[in-house]
Amino acid sequence: MAQMNMLEAIRDAMRIELKRDSNVLIFGEDVGKVGGVFRVTEGLQEEFGEDRVFDTPLAESAIAGMAVGMGTQGFRPIAEIQFVGFIYEALDQMFVQAARMRYRSGGRYNAPIVFRTPFGGGVKAAELHTDSLEGLAVQTPGIKVIIPSNPYDAKGLMISAIRDNDPVFFMEHLNLYRAFKADVPEGEYTVEIGKANVVREGSDVTIISYGMMVHTAVKAAEELEKTGVKAEVIDLRTLLPLDIDTIVASIQKTNRAIVVQEAQKTSGVAAEVIAQINEKAILHLEAPVLRVAGPDTVYPFAQIEDAWLPSAARISAAVQKVMNF
Amino acid sequence: MSKLPYEVQTEPVTPLSVLSLEGEVVNPDFMPELTDEQLKEVMYRMVFTRTWDERAVNLGRQGRLGFYAPVSGQEASMVGSEYALNKDDFICPGYRDMPQLVWHGLPLYQAFLYSRGHQHGGQIPQDVHVLMPQIIIGAQILHATGVAMAFKKKNEKRVAITYTGDGGSSEGDFYEGLNFAGVYKLPVIYAVQNNGYAITTPFAKQTAALSIAHKAVAAGVHGVQVDGMDVLAVIKAVREAAERGRNGEGATLIEILTYRFRPHSMADDTTKYRTKEEEAEWALKDPLVRFGKFLEKKGLWTEEDTNRVKEEAKATVNEHIKKAEAAEKMTVVGLIDSMFETTPQHLEEQKADFQ
Repeated sequence: MAQMNMLEAIRDAMRIELKRDSNVLIFGEDVGKVGGVFRVTEGLQEEFGEDRVFDTPLAESAIAGMAVGMGTQGFRPIAEIQFVGFIYEALDQMFVQAARMRYRSGGRYNAPIVFRTPFGGGVKAAELHTDSLEGLAVQTPGIKVIIPSNPYDAKGLMISAIRDNDPVFFMEHLNLYRAFKADVPEGEYTVEIGKANVVREGSDVTIISYGMMVHTAVKAAEELEKTGVKAEVIDLRTLLPLDIDTIVASIQKTNRAIVVQEAQKTSGVAAEVIAQINEKAILHLEAPVLRVAGPDTVYPFAQIEDAWLPSAARISAAVQKVMNF
Repeated sequence: MSKLPYEVQTEPVTPLSVLSLEGEVVNPDFMPELTDEQLKEVMYRMVFTRTWDERAVNLGRQGRLGFYAPVSGQEASMVGSEYALNKDDFICPGYRDMPQLVWHGLPLYQAFLYSRGHQHGGQIPQDVHVLMPQIIIGAQILHATGVAMAFKKKNEKRVAITYTGDGGSSEGDFYEGLNFAGVYKLPVIYAVQNNGYAITTPFAKQTAALSIAHKAVAAGVHGVQVDGMDVLAVIKAVREAAERGRNGEGATLIEILTYRFRPHSMADDTTKYRTKEEEAEWALKDPLVRFGKFLEKKGLWTEEDTNRVKEEAKATVNEHIKKAEAAEKMTVVGLIDSMFETTPQHLEEQKADFQ
C-alpha cells in the first residue's frame, strides 16, 4: 500500500497501462517534458519515450480528432485537454465524432479514448478553467463520464477508463489533485465504471454527490450528526452510466434525499438523479428531493467563487428542509 | 514590384495538367505510368460512376434513396485520386465522396443503404480501409491526421487521404489538421476538391488566398494544384503525394480544381447562383469526354465501350438498389445496442418502450 494524492494516483494508473499495453498513448498540450501544467503526466515521457507520451501543437479539436483517427487503428489514446473550458474547442470531435463512432459504423469502428481534463472551482484559477461541464457530456449519447473524488477511486477508475472500448470523459477536480493523500494499492486494480460508493452510512437522509462536493457533503453530514441527523453520503463516481440502484437502496432506508452538485442548478446531473428517483422510488419518499447547486450564472470570477460554490452550511440547510417537511 | 525581404513572398501556381481539352498529351513529363489495361480501367470507372450518379439522382426523385450528393463532373478527381492509392491506404471521406469508397471496396448496396439512412451502410467490411462519409465539414481531416499518425507509429508504409471541398478549407479543423501533419511529418494527403461553390457560396467569398494550395505554405507541408477535370493529372499528383508519404517526406495538400455539373444535393437549385454560361464553359472540360478522346486516339476506347459500360452500370445499380431495399429494417432496440460495447442498465431499461 502506498500513500498517494489524487494526481499521483491518476499518474500511477496511466503508468501501469502504458506499461501493460503498447497501444496506450498520452498526448496533449505540455504533457511531455514537464508532465502537464499540473504535472499529472510528470516523468511518463522520460519513462516511456516521446513516441508514447508527446506534446501537441496548441489545438484542442485536433488533439481530440487525432485521437479519434488513431482509435480506429487500434490505439488507445489518453488525450489531455489542458483546462475544462478548452473542451468547447473540441466538442465536435469529443461529443460527436468519438461518441458516435460505434453507432455510425455499426460497431465496425470504436473510439477507445480517454479524454482527461481538470475542472472544478475553489482554486482561484483563471476564467474558464473551473467550470463544471459534465452536464454537457451526460446529455451526449455514446460517451461515459467519470468524476473521481479520491485517490483510490481515481486510480481504479482511470485504469477502467483506459481499458474501456468506448470513449470516456474523465474529469479531474483541481481542488482534489493535491488535497490529501490516501492509501492506494500498488499495481493494478479497477473500480467498475457505473458503480457508486456509499462513503458514509446513515439512516435518516441520503446526500448524493460527486467530485469535490462529496467532501463538502461529508463535512455537512458530520455537522448534522451533532444535531442528531444521521446522513448517508453517496459518491456517484460515474455520472454516465449512473448507478441508480445504489441510490434507490439508500432511499429505501432513509426515505429522504438531496443531491449536491457544483454545477449550475438547471437540467444537470442532480436533475437527472431526481428524475430517476421519481421513476424508481417515489413511494419510499417522505419529502421532495432537493438540489444544492451553483446558481444558473456563469462560473464567477475568483472574488466570489467561495460564496458561489455549494457549502456545508447550504447542504445542512437543505437537509433540515427535507427532514422537517 | 518585388517585395521587401521581410515581406512573405508568394507566387501564383499553374495547375498540373497532362491532357488538352482535345485529349492531346500536352505535358508528357507529367504523364503517370499506366498500362493500357489500367487506362481502360480508369475510363470504365469514370463512365460507371457517371451512370451510377444519373441513376442515383433518379432513385432519389423516386424516393428510393435518401440524402444524396451528386458527383457528375468530379469523376476525374474522385476516380483518379482513389486509383492512385494502394488497397491498404485509408480514406476519410466527406459526404460527396461515395465513389472513392466504392472503388476502394465498399459494396455499392451499402452506399445505397447509407443514403437510405440504414446503419449497415456504415458497417465497412473488415478488409476495406475507409471511414463512413463525414457530415461535419472538415471533421474527417483530423481523423485522417490521426490515422496517418497511427501508420507512422506502426512503421507501416501506408498513407491516409481525406477529402473536403473549397468550403471545408475554411474550417478550423482544416488548419489544425494541416498544422499537425506538418509538425509530425505525417503520411497524409489532404485533397481539397475545389468545385467553385460551397453549396451556393462562390470560391471568391471563401478565401482571399492566392489558392487553396497556398495554404500548405503556412503549415509547412507540400502543396500542389491540379486540373481536376484531367484524370491523368489527378493520378499523377496523388501518386506523388502518396510516395512522399510512404517515403517519410510528410503530408501533401492537393487542390483539385473541378466542377459539379449537378446541384449540391437534391434540394439545391443551381440557377439561383450559377450562370448558364459558366456551366457551359465547364461542360467543355468534361473529364469523361477529354479522357475518352485521349483513349480513342490510342485506339483503346470506342463509343460502344461507353455504351457497354453504361448498360453494365445500370444493371449493377439495379441489382444493388434491390439488395439495399431488401435489407432487414433497423430497430430501435438494435440502435440502443450499438451505442456502447456493453449496453448499460439505463439503456437496457429504455428498450422496454420499443419491444
